[in-house]
Amino acid sequence: MSFPWARHYEPKNPVMKWVDERLPLPRFVYNAIGAGYPVPRNLNYFWNFGILAGLSLVIQIVTGIVLAMHFHSSAAGAFDSVNGTIMRDVNAGWFLRFAHANGASMFFVVVYIHIFRGLHYGSYKAPREMVWLLGVVIFLLMMATAFMGYVLPWGQMSFWGAQVITGFFSAIPVVGDWIRIWLLGGYAPDDATLNRFFSLHYLLPFVIAGVIILHIWALHIPGSNNPTGVEVKGEQDTVPFHPYYTAKDGFGVGIFLILFSTLIFFYPDYLGHPDNYIPANPLSTPAHIVPEWYFWPFYAILRAFTADFILPAKLWGVLAMFGSILLLFFLPWLDRSPVRSANYRPMYRVAFWVLVADVLILGWCGGSPAEPLYVIISQIAAAYYFAHFLIIVPIISRIETPRPLPNSITEAVLGDEGGSRITATAATA
Amino acid sequence: MTSIFFRSIKFLIGAGFVFVLLLALLGSITGLINEPPKQTAEQALHKHPKELELASNGPLGKFDTGQLQRGFKVYKEVCATCHSLHMISFRNLKDLGYSDAQVKKIAKEWAIKQPVFDEKAGTWGERDNLPSDRFPKVYYAGTGNPPDLSLITKARHDGAAYVHSLLTGYGEKPDPAVAAKFPEAMKTPEGMHFNPYFANLNIAMPPPLVSDDQVKYDDGTRATIDQMAKDVSAFLVWTAEPTLQKRHQAGLAVVIFLLFATGLAYGAYLTVWRGMKH
Ligand code: HEC
Ligand code: HEM
Repeated sequence: MSFPWARHYEPKNPVMKWVDERLPLPRFVYNAIGAGYPVPRNLNYFWNFGILAGLSLVIQIVTGIVLAMHFHSSAAGAFDSVNGTIMRDVNAGWFLRFAHANGASMFFVVVYIHIFRGLHYGSYKAPREMVWLLGVVIFLLMMATAFMGYVLPWGQMSFWGAQVITGFFSAIPVVGDWIRIWLLGGYAPDDATLNRFFSLHYLLPFVIAGVIILHIWALHIPGSNNPTGVEVKGEQDTVPFHPYYTAKDGFGVGIFLILFSTLIFFYPDYLGHPDNYIPANPLSTPAHIVPEWYFWPFYAILRAFTADFILPAKLWGVLAMFGSILLLFFLPWLDRSPVRSANYRPMYRVAFWVLVADVLILGWCGGSPAEPLYVIISQIAAAYYFAHFLIIVPIISRIETPRPLPNSITEAVLGDEGGSRITATAATA
Repeated sequence: MTSIFFRSIKFLIGAGFVFVLLLALLGSITGLINEPPKQTAEQALHKHPKELELASNGPLGKFDTGQLQRGFKVYKEVCATCHSLHMISFRNLKDLGYSDAQVKKIAKEWAIKQPVFDEKAGTWGERDNLPSDRFPKVYYAGTGNPPDLSLITKARHDGAAYVHSLLTGYGEKPDPAVAAKFPEAMKTPEGMHFNPYFANLNIAMPPPLVSDDQVKYDDGTRATIDQMAKDVSAFLVWTAEPTLQKRHQAGLAVVIFLLFATGLAYGAYLTVWRGMKH
């Protein structure tokens, strides 16, 4: 790590010393998540969610690998292998399956909070743009992985979800239908589709793991941001990651596991859709095709485009849906305010909370049937979503007068004892 | 000129999306005014399932094996002619409290046999069911497709409560005033049956439970239509997830352990941070 006061690894154990001299892996871990990584002392609980995201990925990989040992990747056998063999005959198979299905939901809850943490505290700004960009890549990969995973049990929603999502590609002019057939390996989802989705669903989490390593590597160059958004000025501003944040993360992991276990053991089907307990039937379309809850905001944006204007409505919808995520890549350059934390940005702070409400409203519309009232609400909410990132935030960053910042993290933490120009928000942040 | 264009490109893209959305919004609103959504027959006449109290309900629910045995009897004597139970093996019935010998007997006497292919003759024959067999497939010649019932309580909103209401809902006639507004929907097609709990109101399944004591219970419980419907619904909760009770018990132990461990972790956190303002 870059701070000059970072502690250096001195192996006490002769075995570790021997290893470290030949392969400095112990040193690497020590500097990444051990006492060798100095971290701002004032991080709040929102900084637990990075570790929790990492833990979620590990849980998905471990449960997923065991599930794959019993899964039959064929249109004829997939549903029975999941709902028959795994749920009934494999030892603790029901636990693995419910843990994996609900683990995906926990992963998205955690990552959404992690992303909004970044939006609130300006973690996407210089010098952490690369951390943010890699984060958006991870998010896209997660969405692809989760979508393909949901197809694997080959229930009604699996099949019709695959049908609808791959149908997006047929909105592309001229070559659209051809691309769709190429992606599916046929005219409709079938064995070829299921097998390629299984193959990719197994592969992508390891790609995600690789990108997370880059994400953390990039983070460790400037070090973590913090609730004041003020950069670390000296040693008194930081504490070593271990034991301070390992202890705090340990507590966070406990809370996470309690909530996760409550879902798995007591409400395992709460977040799922009953139709996915019906085997896929290409001849019977479900009354309402809805994706998993974590896609709802984007599904609402897709369905909000109902007017043909130069381009067909469907193509607008698909462009907007992908655009709504891709524009996150440009955020570091859309928001030009030098102040990071929303705690010191009175206008941005309001816009942030309106955005949170807006995304929740989009999610609620996306999970509801495409009835006129919901469509109208999603049209307003989707318009606000784009306006937030492309119009409101760029304008705010020009016209807003930020509140005075504390001189340092330590000053903010010690409040009256340490400094003069501290606002009430800064002290509580 | 171009530099202004490039500087404003974000506003232009943003304004583009917002403009198309406002156009679409205008379309939706005029559509709504010109053609206000009409209440459909399904919305007006469909009923939500009645509450159903079962021992397996709730986060710590357990199976009532007596009830499951009665439910199995209803399934066997009434539903099994039309509906399969393909995710269940005969051996699983031991969970309901049957002995090995009883399970063997149930399998052997099961009316529908296991199909076997004679490799030499190239023809299909039959053999008796074994405890290790799944319940055999059922072929049904009447109107409609009876779904496999193994997962039915997970495959419908409100699960067991829905099945119970469906089975006991045939007699429930709609409010005549409301029904009069939908004369088309009230014409039950040939071979179909009106049932307000079914999604599109007319179901191909003829009322399966028609009279009290249709099934003879061995444990002295009075076999009213409502009781049989309840018992078979409870049984179908078991078929959908035979490990439900195990899940609840394991969950209790896991959550208690985690509460304890998290308490310790919180203590460790306080100890580590003692004296460090943050
Ligand atoms: C005479 C044959 C027959 C018998 C006996 C029968 N069913 Fe059915 N059942 C059907 C048919 C046909 C359907 C399909 C109805 C439709 O889709 O319109 C059906 C559908 C169902 C459904 C699904 C309804 C839905 O929401 O799609 C349930 C649940 C059900 N039956 C339960 C039972 C139970 C429990 C029993 C025994 C008490 C039983 N059935 C006995 C023929 C039968
Ligand atoms: C699989 C998913 C992810 C994992 C495992 C992960 C992991 C981590 C970890 C361990 C940290 C350091 C601890 C912390 O600050 O919380 C971190 C920081 C960060 N992550 Fe992620 N992350 C993931 C996804 C994302 C996504 C989707 C984004 C944004 C789109 C993102 C943006 C950031 C940013 C900006 C930081 C720097 C935070 C700061 O110091 O303020 N991450 N991530």
